[in-house]
Parts: sequence; structure tokens; C-alpha cells
Amino acid sequence: MLALAKKLRQAGVLGLNERNSSYIARMNPRKFFPRVDDKVLTKKLSVEAGMAVPEMYGVIRNQGETRKFMEIVGDRNSFVIKPAQGSGGDGILVVTGRSQRRRDSFRLASGLLVTADQIEHHVSNIVGGQYSLGGNPDAALIEYCVKFDPVFADVSYQGVPDIRVIVYRGYPAMAMVRLPTQASDGKANLHQGAVGAGVDMSLGTTLHGVLGTEIVDEHPDTGALIAGLQIPQWDFILQSSARGYEVTGLGYLGVDMVIDSEQGPLILEMNARPGLNIQIANGTGLSGRIARIDEIYDESASPEERAADARREFPADRQTSITFDV
Amino acid sequence: MKQSYVYALAALLAAIGLSLFVYKWQVLGFPVSQNQEVPVWTIESSISFDSGPGSIKVNLHIPTLTPGFRTLNENPVSRGYGFSLNYGTGGREAQWAIRRADGRQTIYYRISVYQDASNTQSDTTPPFPPQPTINEPFKTAVDVLVAEVKEHSADAASFTSELLQRMNDPSPDPNVELLRLEATSRAEFVESLTTILASARIPARMVHGLELEGRQRDAEMLTWLEIHDGDDWRYFNPMTGDEALPDTFLVWWRGNEPLINVEGGSNVQVNFAVQENHLDAVAIANSQAAQRGSAAIDFSLYSMPIATQAVYGVLLMIPIGALVMVVLRNFVGIDAFGTFMPVLIALAFRETQLVWGVILFTILIALGLSIRFLLERLRLLLVPRLSAVLIVVVLLMLLISLISNRLGMETGLSVALFPMVIIAMTIERMSVVWEERGPADALREGIGSLVVAMAAYICMGFEWLEHLIFTFPELLLIVLALVMLAGRYTGYRLLELRRFKALADR
Repeated sequence: MLALAKKLRQAGVLGLNERNSSYIARMNPRKFFPRVDDKVLTKKLSVEAGMAVPEMYGVIRNQGETRKFMEIVGDRNSFVIKPAQGSGGDGILVVTGRSQRRRDSFRLASGLLVTADQIEHHVSNIVGGQYSLGGNPDAALIEYCVKFDPVFADVSYQGVPDIRVIVYRGYPAMAMVRLPTQASDGKANLHQGAVGAGVDMSLGTTLHGVLGTEIVDEHPDTGALIAGLQIPQWDFILQSSARGYEVTGLGYLGVDMVIDSEQGPLILEMNARPGLNIQIANGTGLSGRIARIDEIYDESASPEERAADARREFPADRQTSITFDV
Repeated sequence: MKQSYVYALAALLAAIGLSLFVYKWQVLGFPVSQNQEVPVWTIESSISFDSGPGSIKVNLHIPTLTPGFRTLNENPVSRGYGFSLNYGTGGREAQWAIRRADGRQTIYYRISVYQDASNTQSDTTPPFPPQPTINEPFKTAVDVLVAEVKEHSADAASFTSELLQRMNDPSPDPNVELLRLEATSRAEFVESLTTILASARIPARMVHGLELEGRQRDAEMLTWLEIHDGDDWRYFNPMTGDEALPDTFLVWWRGNEPLINVEGGSNVQVNFAVQENHLDAVAIANSQAAQRGSAAIDFSLYSMPIATQAVYGVLLMIPIGALVMVVLRNFVGIDAFGTFMPVLIALAFRETQLVWGVILFTILIALGLSIRFLLERLRLLLVPRLSAVLIVVVLLMLLISLISNRLGMETGLSVALFPMVIIAMTIERMSVVWEERGPADALREGIGSLVVAMAAYICMGFEWLEHLIFTFPELLLIVLALVMLAGRYTGYRLLELRRFKALADR
């Protein structure tokens, strides 16, 4: 057991305890947490910084406003409702269609038909704080439903695949693509059964995938090969996520992006406590890359320069951690 | 805060906790194990006499230096008498005085002692005794005996045992026989021994005391011989020549003076009654701390009302539960609902016992969860729904109690001790996880909570630990230090090793 721990240490694998105490506690000042925990605020700050985000249709802040839901949605056929302070993708409702005859009947991403009443109940749950950290009253965010780029169509089951980039002190350190599965109910959350695929930071191509802690080569639902897909506008994605550092002030940050077929990469949300499964998806530990970033860290570097540094420093085939065949 | 500050602070806390603990344990004698009982002897001497016409003064020798014993408390009991303590040649003397008394009087002096082998208080070194004046024909007998014994001995101790052997010889020589005839009682025998020793220039004196055993209504005052070998006082059994006092021998007074002296009274009777009790070692340590004027006693939990003690007996174990929680969370990596929910459940287990606790908890959660799913369909707002779950939980608890009462199972009644708000929140959390991430995750976290609760219950239930924490609450500072150190642990969690296993093999 100790031998295993030693091996992991040598492979530069970051553990939860170390992530919490050495990076989150040290790099992420608590006062900046609302910038990422409140998605309404994140969106506002991102827009001010000139970053691309899904357009927000409206916010419902208290129970009395739940009736305004139909008003906000208006004539739109697709939209997403999410809790402003939710975590782990909980409480997100993706509406992809609407009955032409009965306008108060909506089709969810999963294919389920729901009524406006049911959606309003969901909204009131969100506002009541069911999905917020600590059960505090929350706000429900209604925004543009991303029409995802066909690049991942073969390796996704419903839902929206997204790209998670870990940004350390402003430098993109590691990335993965999260592919929804039937088991994850169309959600791009690894905890819920989505497939994570590592990304070659230099090229922007996918590596193999992981499901839970297992390494998989094919998508469990579609059977399509996961590796080798080229992520479009990779440079832009890296630059946007690097800019997330300026927007949030958080030194250890997870940036989630989606690729819209019309608008290109959009920042979906940011996370002050990004998970560690990304290491399994990439087959490599984070510690080595973090150490390298500490070496090359330049306070005056622009997001574009930092993104370029990341492309240069972290190709998939390069071993950034100490080799462990000793 | 730098890493080193945390270490320094933790070390400081641990040092404070540990030194307080050691002080109370080693110096004040607080027991580290539970139900440690120490035999305590209460000796009551009752003095009765007929009062004369004038004023009365009673002098009684009482214990002063008591090797092998420590005094727990002592008190004189008398009606109308003035009481004072004096120091005489034989040790302490209790003095009762009254101007006038009628009829037969009874005065009591009571002392409680407990054994403490570490108490080896010794008297000061005496001067060499003067050559005693002895009348013939004894003088010749003594001189001959001393000369003979001196030839067969090397020092004071060996002289004494050789002398005792000769004096107790069943077929004694004429000199010894002459000396033995003179002594009619054990005390007189010992007195003549001291005279013989004095003529050999060995300081010696009589030691009077009681051999304590069980319950005695009329204990006999026994006389021993004490000699000084130049460094220490040594005890000898005058009848056998054996050295060393028996463990249970309580020295009452020393010297030739009588035990009691009553002026203005007649027909004096002294009676010693011995009673053996077993007293909690904690009580003894407390009284000892009080005698020393130590502040430790002022802040001891044992000085609080019993009801408060009972509350703190439980409360002080919560940090232990928290420590278990920390270990299972940060070192093992078990997921559980809520940070301290398992600890609270563990507290409830203390009342229900483990098996029943787990059964009742599972039933409660299962029933609550199914009703929660029914409530979900009603699409209630969050707070009313939570309240509804809470009310359902209360009703379920009532129902379980009623059913188990009907079935004659008393354990079911203790379900009322479960923290219902915690249960309600657990049900709510679990149902959300169930819907969001599926039954597998919900059950995994639920079982994780139960496992943590069970581990916490077991650790909080160690009686020795409970006693230790209650007697030495300063040990919680060590727990605090441990928790702080755990807070800086950056290594892998046990379950993470499995999670990241694939990365190690690459």
C-alpha cells in the first residue's frame, strides 16, 4: 500500500488532501469564491472581460418570480435552466424542444416531455436552495441552450459535451473533454457516469477516455472511438481559459467550455474546486505540470502568452513528471 | 500560516495537554484506569473515662509519620471539649480539655488512611543514647549479653537481630532468662530491649501501631522495635527478629510514653475499631489535590454536580468522534452525508446500543426516504417539504416506539433519542443524491455515513477512554493537536490509491 502511494507520488498524482490544502486553500482566496460559485456573477464578469458566454435570458431570484418563467422564455424553443450556485451539474434542466401546438409542453434533452408547471416547480426548488451549497436560497438562471458542435456528436449520448481546463496561476495545465452517456443522463459530469477523455495540450486532440476509474477506448453508448478527435479553435479555448485567471483571481481554477456550432467556444462556468479525475483521463499527474508552471511563471505574461506556453510545455507524449521506472 | 507554525502550535498544545495529564496522574495520583479502587481504612479510637470533680484534660497520641500510608482525613469528635494539637516527643498529640464534665465521658478520634508505598517519611537522626542506669543484678546480665552479641555482629542491624534471636531463644541462657522474666507484656519486653540496645549505644525506641485488616471491633495496639543504624530507622519484629514492617502496619506513635494520659478522669478505656472501605481512587486523588492546594481540583469535572458530570461525560467524547471522522474522511476517504451527522448518530447509538441503533436508523431512513419520494410528487416548496419530512420523521419515531412497546421491546423506545432534525436532513440529502446521481451513489454515501457512525460509536464507547478523557480533559488538547496535524496532511487518501491505481502502473 505504501509502495503504491510512493509510486503515485513519483508519478506526480495530486490527491484530494493536497489539492485542498496546498492549492485551493493557498491559491484561491475565499473572497473570490462567489465569482465562480454564483454563475450569474461569473457570467457578468466574463462578459465584462470580453469573453464569450452563452447568452443569459433571465434570472429568477425568488419564489414570487417563478411565474415570470414563461415570460422570460418567451417564444424560444430551447434553453437551459440552472441553479446560480449549484455544483457538480446538479439541478440543471436542458430543454431542447417545445410542442408546436401546446406551448406549455417542453421536451427535455432526455426526450421526456414536461409541462410548464413541472418546470416552474423545478425553478422554485432551485430558488429554494435545493441545489445550492449549504441549502441557501438561490437564483435560477435561464440561458441559451448550446447547439453543440458536431465534432463530438459520435461520442456523446444526448446532452452537451464540454471541455474542462485546469488553469494554474493563469497557465492552462491540463484539459479533458467530458462526454455525456446514457448513464450520466446527458450530463457532462464524471461523477454521474460521463466519460472523460484526456487532451493533448499541444495539439488539442483527444486521448483515450475514462469511465469511472476504468480506461475506455470507445464511447459506451455509441461505440465510436474516443481518441484522436481534433478540438476546434483549440488556441482560443486555451486563451479563454487562461483569461479565467484574470476574471476570477483564483490560482487553481477549472474552466468549463462548450463549443457551439454557431458561436464557437463559450465559457459555461468556472470552478474553484475542480476534481482530480482529469488526471486519470490524461494518464498523468497534475503535480509535475504544476511544478513546471511554478518554474516558468511570469507575472507579466498575457493570457495569449500563457496559452502558448502551455501548448509548448505540455504535449501528451512528454513526460513532465519524474520517471518512475527506477 | 506556514506549515511550521501549525507544527509548533500542535506541539505546544500537545505539550500542555500531556504535562497537565502527567502532573495529575503522577503527582496528584488521578487514576488512569477506570474503577480503580483503593482500600481506605478508617480507624476510630474511642476513649471513655469517668470524669472527676475538676477540669479534665485528655492527651492522646495520634499518627504522625506513617510509612506506607497516607492520611485521607482525620477528625476528633467530642461534645463540649476544646481541642488542640501538640507535638510531643512521641509525635503528635491530640488534646481535649473541658472545665467540667459529669458522668462517663466518651471522646472519639477518627482517622482515615490509605496505602501508599511511596510514602517513606522517616524521622530525623537521633543522638546517641546515654548509657542507661541499670540496677544489679540486671546490669551484669545486660553487660554480658551485649558483649556476647557484639562478638557475633557487625553493625547495629545485625546486632539487633542477633539480640532478638537470643532474647527469643526457647532455651535461653540464664542471663537472658533473667531479663525476660522482668518483662510481663510485649510492650515491656520491647522497652527492656531498648534499654539493652541503649547500653550498646544504639538508638532504639518502641513503635506502637495497629495491624490493619478487614473489620476489627477491638484492634490490638502492637509494639515493634525501631532502631537507627546511623542512616535510617529500621523496624524489627521483637518476637521473631524479622526486619521490616508488615504492609498493613500503621504506626500510631513512638516512644515510651503511654498512649493516653487523662488528667482529672479515672477508669480510662481506649478502644480501636478498624473498618476497611473501598474508595474510588478519584476521590482520594481529589482530596489529596485539595490538601496540596492544587488548582487542578478547582477545575476538575468531579467537583461539578452529578447531572452536569453526566452531560460532560457524553460531550467530552464528541471530540473523539470528530477525530474518527477526520481519520475516515481525510485518511481513508469515506464519503458521508453532512460533516458531523455520523457523530450525532453515534451519540444516539450510545442509548440504543449498536445493533438496535443500526436497525432503527436504517428503518427510519428507509421509511423516511419512501415517504420523501411520495412528497416529491406533490411538488412542495423546499422549506415546507423539509418541514413535512421532519414531521414524518417524528411520527415514524413515535410509531416505532409504540410498536416496539406493544411487542415488549424496550430498545425501540430509545429511538426517540435520534437527532430528528439530522435524520430529516439526511433523508432530504439522500433523496436529492438519489435523484441526481442515482441510487448507487445515495446508498454508497448512506452506508458510508453508517460506517463512520459505527466507527465513531465504537471509539466513543471505549470505557477506559471515556474515563481517561473525563478525568483528564486536558487530553482533548492532544486530540486538537492531532486534528490540526491531520489538517495539514497532504498525502493520498486510502481509497484514492485505488482510484488512481491506473496511473501508478503506467
